[in-house]
Amino acid sequence: MPPKPDRELETMQGQPGKEGSTPTHGVDIKSALRKDDGAQERPTEPRDCLEVKGLNLYYGQKRALHDINLTIPERYVTAFIGPSGCGKSTLLRCFNRMNDLIDGVRVEGEVLLDGQNIFAPEVNVATLRRRVGMVFQKPNPFPKSIYENVAYGLRIQGVKSRRVLDKAVEGALRGAALWDEVKDRVHDSALGLSGGQQQRLVIARAIAIEPEVLLLDEPASALDPISTLKIEELIYELKKDYTIVIVTHNMQQAARVSDFTAFMYMGDLIEFGKTKTVFTTPRRKQTEDYITGRYG
Amino acid sequence: MNASTSSSRTAPLRHWWHSGSPGVWLTAGAVSFSLVMVFGLLFLITVRGMGHFWPSDVARLELTGGEAKYALGEIVEEETVSATRLKDNGVAVPDGRESVRRVLLKVGNRNLNGYDFQWFNDLDFGAVSYPRKAVVIERREWGNFYGFVKGIREGDKPLSIEGSPWPEMRKRIARGEALRKDIAHIERDQMGAINYGLERLRLKTRKLELEGVTSGAPLADIAAERDALNARYGKLAEKLAKLNADAGRDVLLLETVNGVASEVRFYDIVRAYRPNAMPLMAKLKHYGAKLGEFVASEPREANTEGGVFPAIFGTVMMVLLMSVFVTPFGVIAAVYLREYAHQGLTTRIIRIAVNNLAGVPSVVYGVFGLGFFVYFVGGAIDQAFYAEALPAPTFGTPGLLWSSLTLALLTVPVVIVSTEEGLSRIPRSIREGSLALGATKAETLWRTVMPMATPAMMTGLILAVARAAGEVAPLMMVGVVKLAPALPLDGNLPFLHLDRKFMHLGFHIFDVGFQSPNVEAARPLVYATSLLLVLIIVTLNLAAITIRNRLREKYNAAET
Repeated sequence: MPPKPDRELETMQGQPGKEGSTPTHGVDIKSALRKDDGAQERPTEPRDCLEVKGLNLYYGQKRALHDINLTIPERYVTAFIGPSGCGKSTLLRCFNRMNDLIDGVRVEGEVLLDGQNIFAPEVNVATLRRRVGMVFQKPNPFPKSIYENVAYGLRIQGVKSRRVLDKAVEGALRGAALWDEVKDRVHDSALGLSGGQQQRLVIARAIAIEPEVLLLDEPASALDPISTLKIEELIYELKKDYTIVIVTHNMQQAARVSDFTAFMYMGDLIEFGKTKTVFTTPRRKQTEDYITGRYG
Repeated sequence: MNASTSSSRTAPLRHWWHSGSPGVWLTAGAVSFSLVMVFGLLFLITVRGMGHFWPSDVARLELTGGEAKYALGEIVEEETVSATRLKDNGVAVPDGRESVRRVLLKVGNRNLNGYDFQWFNDLDFGAVSYPRKAVVIERREWGNFYGFVKGIREGDKPLSIEGSPWPEMRKRIARGEALRKDIAHIERDQMGAINYGLERLRLKTRKLELEGVTSGAPLADIAAERDALNARYGKLAEKLAKLNADAGRDVLLLETVNGVASEVRFYDIVRAYRPNAMPLMAKLKHYGAKLGEFVASEPREANTEGGVFPAIFGTVMMVLLMSVFVTPFGVIAAVYLREYAHQGLTTRIIRIAVNNLAGVPSVVYGVFGLGFFVYFVGGAIDQAFYAEALPAPTFGTPGLLWSSLTLALLTVPVVIVSTEEGLSRIPRSIREGSLALGATKAETLWRTVMPMATPAMMTGLILAVARAAGEVAPLMMVGVVKLAPALPLDGNLPFLHLDRKFMHLGFHIFDVGFQSPNVEAARPLVYATSLLLVLIIVTLNLAAITIRNRLREKYNAAET
């Protein structure tokens, strides 16, 4: 991967006390990087994008996330893996507060986006979701034209100029590697696209409003292998511009596309580190068992 | 041994029972039965109603007893009655006859006989013939005339009718028609507008009076305007008197089958024809004209003749207005119930209440509409805005607006239930997709969820229209009349008169069928009007269904 010229060198800005206080759950990304020599070709240290601090989540009385501490680096791909029901999707949905829609959900702790707690009362959820885009497991295009699907977010923001919209739609469709396939029929219904194309359309729709973070909730699990491959290539391209967090069941996929991997189990963050390290020399027995397929 | 044989005998039956065939037969039978009922009903009303417009032949019966020599008319019905029944009624039946055939003849000539229909037993008449010269005159008053043409009189001088009188007659009937049009134009359009203007001036004066103004420039203006209108009215009245005098000029001289002379002004003739001499094409043309008249013209003779256009207009207008009221109201209520209200005990109770509201008898809605809309709301509107017209009510009396509102209330549960159903069927993933793009809940609803729920809303509207168009009972209390003097839509400002009473096909059926002074003559019209009502409801529904299917096609794939 070519080094990114615009990436600035950052000084360390972690919290020294944290690593010691929660040794099992929280893993400081920078220390992980330091220990692991030369795995990343980027010469710089990553900047924090999302910082999760002591996050607990309850569905009614049931605690679904246990004291999660985690930092997600900017413009890298972070994968959440773990068995079904381990809380990885729940954690992902905290980042754009999608869990707000579920009755009886209560959150403790903080998630900082550029240093600002997204659960603070003054935060506007709609604005937050413009900064943190999301793509779901099943392609969910609106029953509108391809063009209107991609323009949806911008129209919500009040963009009316045809020229601006045309440009943004083309840009987003190019960004999602869909432009060449649909450029002659952007005004046809989006429901006429194949499943893989629909998923890329949904990604185009998400990047059309230029978010900072892109959350992908098992984006390829409903697709065939060729479409899956296309999505993975797309993720590789997109990480140049976006911080990507992906939830996946497919361990090979996590190994292929991600730079960092978090393994979760029963609502706990078990291990977090560079993907290569997690997959080759996991520090925890549970991680090793899961990765080698002994349970899960 | 005995037991085993009996079980082997019942085995095929049991096998058949368990195979499910009886269920299939039962359900298929139920479907066939329903279809037979529906098509039987449509067939019956079509045959009974549509036959009415056909120009049937005019029969002349040679009577054997009594002073009248002949009877002339259309045979409407034939039946066989037992001799005993006739004997019980005091009819002398010769011994050895077990049954008697009798015919119902539409003899017309109500101005001479006092009745239109007469039964004849086959004991009382001999030969039946169909004289080619027998003529049927459809008159604007007194129903049909059956007889023969004797001559034409123009003013005081009789016209010679060497050969056929028909070319002269046609010319004069057309002239009468033209006169009638002129008179109607003057009476209804021009004089109507003047009367409307005079009434407005009267209300203006009254309003000023209520405000304490009794003299000054405004009153003088009104007086001047009134004088101008009255002057115009006077001129029109003169013109009208001349036209009316003209109308009496041409008279058709007639004679009944028994030689009684009669006459009718050409002005009063709707049409004249000789059914026995008409070729098939002429009969078809006549049939088409009668059908056209039924659909497009106004009723005559206490609704037993003429057309039902005002009733068609009133029905459609009322249903459209109801749709305009019920759709937004029901949709908004459903959106709140489904999307915003906290889903708890209260919402469940409200939902149950809404569902039960759909089962309340419609008469009850009529009573509510009369009490609430007409007297309370209408009365308040009159007090506030139409004080000058009091004590004559403007909105405080049954009318089109209150009828459509009452029916909107009657049908709003249907719209709520279907819209809710539609909203609940929009997949969660679509809503999340929209929210994840930074849309608020309201934006998501407005831009994505509501458009996708439009087919369901249309379904609700279809059901509402189907129910409202056929409803009569509540309307009798809140605005329907048997004969409305004017349509709710006309050329006088503000064009749409929501306060007016109107006619309705459903009520028309009831009125013609059961309240008519001439039931026998009106019966075919009841069937024809029923058919028309069914057709209108089907048309309205088909239109709505087409729209819904188009919408459904658009949003179909996303709903699964």
